Parts: sequence; structure tokens; C-alpha cells
Amino acid sequence: MATSLQPDQDASPPVVLSGSPKEPKKHRDPDSWRSRLYRIDLKATPYVYVAPFFLVFAAFGLFPLVYTGWLSLQKVELGGEAEWRGLDNYIRLWDSDFFWNALANTFTIGLISTVPQLLMALGLAHLLNYRIRGRGFYRVAVLAPYATSIAAAALVFAQLFNTDYGLINQLLGYVGIDAVNWETEKWPAQIAISTIVTWRWTGYNALIYLAAMQAVPNDLYEAAALDGASRFRQFISITIPSIKPTILFTIVVSTIGATQLFGEPLIFGGSLGIGGGSGNQYQTLSLLMYEKGWITGALGQASAIAWVMLLLLLLIGLVQYLLGRSGRGKKKDGAARS
Amino acid sequence: MRISTGVARRRSRAVTLSTSGLLALGLVLTGCGSDGDSGSDDAAGGDKQITLRVGTFGSFGFDNKTGAKLYAEYEKLNPNIKIEETNVADGQKYWDALKLRLSQGSGLADVQAIEVGYIAEATGDAMASKWVDLGKAEGADTSAFLDWKVKQATTRNDQVIALGTDIGPMGICYRKDLFEKAGLPTDREQVGQLWAGDWNKFLEQGEKYKAKAPADTAFHDSASGLFNAVISSEPDQYSDESGKLHWEGSPGVAKAWDVAVKAAQGGLTGKLRQFDEKGTWNAAFKNSKFATVACPSWMTGIIKDQAGPANKGKWDIAQAPVPANWGGSFLGVPKAGKNTAEAAKLVAWLTAPEQQAKVFAVNGNIPSTTAGLASESVQNAQPEYFPGVPVGKIYSDAAQKITPAPIGRYDGQVKTFLTDNGILDIETRGTSPDKAWNNVKKLIEDKIDQ
Repeated sequence: MATSLQPDQDASPPVVLSGSPKEPKKHRDPDSWRSRLYRIDLKATPYVYVAPFFLVFAAFGLFPLVYTGWLSLQKVELGGEAEWRGLDNYIRLWDSDFFWNALANTFTIGLISTVPQLLMALGLAHLLNYRIRGRGFYRVAVLAPYATSIAAAALVFAQLFNTDYGLINQLLGYVGIDAVNWETEKWPAQIAISTIVTWRWTGYNALIYLAAMQAVPNDLYEAAALDGASRFRQFISITIPSIKPTILFTIVVSTIGATQLFGEPLIFGGSLGIGGGSGNQYQTLSLLMYEKGWITGALGQASAIAWVMLLLLLLIGLVQYLLGRSGRGKKKDGAARS
Repeated sequence: MRISTGVARRRSRAVTLSTSGLLALGLVLTGCGSDGDSGSDDAAGGDKQITLRVGTFGSFGFDNKTGAKLYAEYEKLNPNIKIEETNVADGQKYWDALKLRLSQGSGLADVQAIEVGYIAEATGDAMASKWVDLGKAEGADTSAFLDWKVKQATTRNDQVIALGTDIGPMGICYRKDLFEKAGLPTDREQVGQLWAGDWNKFLEQGEKYKAKAPADTAFHDSASGLFNAVISSEPDQYSDESGKLHWEGSPGVAKAWDVAVKAAQGGLTGKLRQFDEKGTWNAAFKNSKFATVACPSWMTGIIKDQAGPANKGKWDIAQAPVPANWGGSFLGVPKAGKNTAEAAKLVAWLTAPEQQAKVFAVNGNIPSTTAGLASESVQNAQPEYFPGVPVGKIYSDAAQKITPAPIGRYDGQVKTFLTDNGILDIETRGTSPDKAWNNVKKLIEDKIDQ
């Protein structure tokens, strides 16, 4: 950024000043306060313009991040004094069954919500991409779940999945399937929570895919149609490869979302939400962090979980980046060959 | 021992302040304190308009809708005062939020209720200084209360941080109609005799009930409720005399665990969680899903509210197998509140014998003052919802038999782990008792030790 400003700095001040004939004295003296001010203005103003973001980021992003890191090395009770503990909090996490349980839950819930969600979004986007009547309406409609609050959605789904009085068990009853314990059993509970996540985010991802699909040149489809490729074949061989960067983007975003999953299991579980059910069967990392920090009052351990989550995300991000790069490499090869 | 290491710790302003922003996000419950308050401490007795906020959980029976309309009465007596109550169903969640707010010193109501399970934590070194000393407050008379009730709310430095509202002498509330259908006696004396002296006899009646029970009903509401009932009848609970946690070796915990596990595994319970936020437990009252519920006096108010008018007159109260005290609460005034002097006056008034008697008549919360317990209106009380049941007599008799157990700082949390993660897990997921016990042990080690 600084380098791009360099040329202007030398060139412009005299030019502008020479355009003001009323003050010939200052024209002759380039080091006058006014030109100095002007130079400072030119140099500093861009920084002032971008400053608000970076100040806010420093206050609400960077500082908490660093402070959390510092806290994670301490033994801090809520409202108490900090006491240096080194890596003790991390070692305790490593030894804790609850941490590994939460990590596994986060992974499984993430998997069974993200994968169907993105596949469904792809299909939905493909359908929305057709020329159909009322296309605008459908496009807005798929976004409606995203616009509802997590709390409202989770509450409604908690009612639907209620073991005794819920609609879903009632419907299952009509087709002769025994009532499923959606709250107390591990897999049903995780599936129920994933349903909420999937319901909320499918439309959102579908719209992103749709935007990407509309940028795919129509010639490709026409050529493929001439070659006799079916709609499905076109979807697989043209659409998917063309929007691959977008797919990668949604995978990254969804992974981050899944790792931080919090509101849905919390509200779904009601009074048992923070612990993720009586046997911690759907306690995610975020819930564990919350429980450690605000219920147990062990801020140091909660901070350690926060940092582990950050490191996990960076690791996942790195893997996805590497995968994406190797993918792109292949694509270029393919393009070169054809 | 690892557990006891985290007890005494001084607080640091820096940590409190810097975490307060995050705390604000974490808080879920009760009212948040800034708007509308125009008064201040020196307004005591003046004509300045003051809004007092009262934070409660469960059913205290003060409110103007279903309670004893005490707020309306106080507002009439003090025209410059307006009272607002915020109520949370789940006592555990209420306490968690209150603890956070106390530690950060903001967002507190002027009056905050404290459940007896957490009173040792509230009077502990970390929190004692957060409360106004009500022993010296205007209009408060600590000598009016039962000795042990005052002692529970007294800190090491002889501050009385809260005044008792009620105590929890316990009976067993049962559905006469369901008992009749199952071929059990319905007269409260006879029913009491069925299980007098032994919780195992209670389970035996449960088996009998189950054999002939109306479809879709359980004998008892929840195994975790039964656990609380049994341990409430034990002189030795989670902590020893010095307040040190000894739940693992406690005979009281072992007994309560065994009875609750037997009930859960025998299918005698409704697989519910008491005070569940989703209202499943409440719905089960309404839909007559169980025949008995362990019934501290304050539970009668909950039965009235949840079972609703359709089930009026179907409930009766028998004596508990073993005399017990389950729960009972306090009202405290946090120093960080805006109108501490007026709030203390309100607390003194709300907990005075006459008011306690009024609450009892409507909501069943039995007085914690000797005068309140002995008063005619309590002795002869027959709440409308329980026609023909001498509720006042039953509970004031039961109150005489209470021997208070020592309470420790972590009792409330340990109780929650034992019931929510231990018993409930066995009851609803069929986890083996050994595994559940180990899980509770790990939880307590992991979460109570810092």
C-alpha cells in the first residue's frame, strides 16, 4: 500500500499549488506549512479512512484473541485472580474425556449437517437455474429459513422432535415406526440438530451456487446439448467443474460454522442444552467452552478450548487450501490438454 | 484433595472488568437492570418514584397473577414504589446467571432469590461481600426465623446475607383417582402407612401400582425427583460439617442413588426432568402421566399451576416415608443493586410472618418464621386447589420433624450432576448405573476442580 503512494507524493503537491494563483508566495516556497499539511494529508488520509475497521478489529478481534491466549495459560476463576499455569489447561483438555467427546460430537454433527446441506443446495441451485415460472419467488423463498433466527428455528424443531408430543414421532407412528427418542439417544439427537442446521443453511448456500452457475457461459451447455448430453450429464460435467471454487468456498464457510455450532444444540436441549444432554451425547466444543467458562467459572480452561478451536480451524483451512490448490493444478492440466 | 483447592480466592477487578463484555453475551436470564430506574439509595422514605426489581425462579407466590398479590399490596402501602418480577423456571440456570452477574456487579435485580442448595456458595468467601447485610437492615428481625434457617444464610463474619422465605418440609402428593384405578387405598392416612419409615416400601407400592396401573401412567414423576426426595431425608448429604465435599462416601448419596436407580430400572418413573424448560414435565402434570410426586410444600403451588383446573381436587398429600426437607429459599439484596435500602425493606416485609402466611395460603410455601409456622392461618390453611386436605396441618407437622443437614459450597452443582447426568441418564438412556456413577465422578472432578 505504502509503495503505491510513493509516486504521488513526489509529483502532486507542487502541481496543485501552482493552480492557486492567489498565493504566489507559497508557490515559491514548497516547504510552507500548507504544502506540508497537504503532503501529510495525502499520506495519512488513506490510513485514517481504513483505520476504523482496524481499530474495531484490534479492540474486538485481535485483543480478545491475544487475551484469550494469555488466559488459557492461567488458572482463572470467574471473578477471581489469575494464576500462572503454563500449558496445564491444554494438558487437562488432552486428558479430558469430555473434550474428546465434544470434539467427536462436533465432527459428527458437522459431517451429517454439512454434507447433505451442500448436496441439497447444489441440486436446488441447479433447479432454480432453469427457466421456470415464478423464478424470483422461489429464489427468495429458499432464503427464508436463513432469515429466521436460530432461536426461533431451534424452538420450533425442538417441538417437532418432542418424543411424547412431537409431530415427527406422530407421523412415524402412522407408518408403524416406533417413537424415536430424539432427545435422549445419541444419533437421533445429533440428526435432529443437524436437521435444524441443514434447514437454515441450505437455501443460503443454494443462492451462492446459483450466482456462480449464472456465470457459466451458456455456449458450454449448448455445445453439450448438441453432443447429446443429458441435463444430468451437463450438471455433472459442466456445472460442477465450473463452480468448483465456489463449492470450495461454501465448504470452508460451512466447516467454520459447523465447528462453532452452539445455538441449535443449546436450545434443542432445553434445560440440558449446555451439557448436551444427560450423557453429553450432543455437547459440541462451543457448548463445552461455554459450560467451562460461564457455568463452572473456569475461564482459563474455556480459553484453552477457544484456542484449540482456532487451531483446529486453521488446520482444516490449510488442508482445504492444499486440496483446492492441487485440484486447480489438475484443472489447468486438463485445460491444457484439451 | 483436588476438589477443595479452588475454594478461597480473592477477586481481581481487572479480570472482572475485562470479562464483563463477554459476560453480557453469556447472560440469558432475568431482567437487565438499567432502564426506568430513577431512584437511588437516599430516596428511602421519600416520594421519588422507584422501580424495584425482584429476580426469582420456580414459584415464590408473591406475584399478582397466581400468587398472594403481595406486590400489589406493597405498592399500595408505598405509593412511590413499583415492583417488577422476572422469573426463571429452572433454578440451576437462574443461579448460574446470578453468579455471573454478581461477579461482574451489574445486571442484577434489586432483590435476588437464592435456593438453599446454593446458600453456602452465596455466603462463601468469594461472594459474601456482594450482599447487603440484612441482619442490620431496617425492619428486618432475624430472631423471627427458625435458627437453622438464619444460620444457613450467615457468613463467617456474621453477616446475614439473605432472609428465608420458606422451608421445604416434604410429603408425597398423589393422585387419588389413579390410585383408586390401580387398586391402592386413597385415604391419606392409609397411604402414608403404606410406606411409612422406608423408601423401599415406597418402591414396593410402586410395583403394585405398575401391575394394575392405567395405561400410559407412571407411579412417580421422575427418578431424579425421587433422588432429591430421598437425599432430603438424610442427615448426611453432599458435604460434611465443615462444608467439605464428601459426596462419594456419603451414605445419604448412596442410599438416594440406590432408590432412584431401582425406580428407574423398574420402570416406575415417568422419565421426565423436573423443571424442564421445554415444559415436558409440566405437560405431564396436565396430562396425568404419573400418580405421585415428592412434595415439598412449595411443590403444591407448582401442582396447582401445572396440573390446572381440570385436575383440581384429584390430588391429596400423604406423609413422606421419612421426614425430609427439600429446598426452601432466601431473598437477598445485592450491593450492586440500585435501591439497596428500599430493597432491604421490601425483603423484610416479604419475609415477615404475616406475608409468609399469605403466601402459604395461596401457593403452599411454608413459612420459615416460627410465628408464621404457628399462626392459625397456616395451621388451618386449606388451599382451594386441594379441597378437604388439611395442607397447613400436614406441612407444619412435617416442619417440626426436620433436622437440617450441613450444606457445602458445591452441593447445588453436585446435585445437578448426580440428577441430570447420572440418574436421568440411567432413566432415559438405559446407561448402566456403574457407568453413570463414573461419569458423574469424572464430571465433578473435571468441573468443580479448577
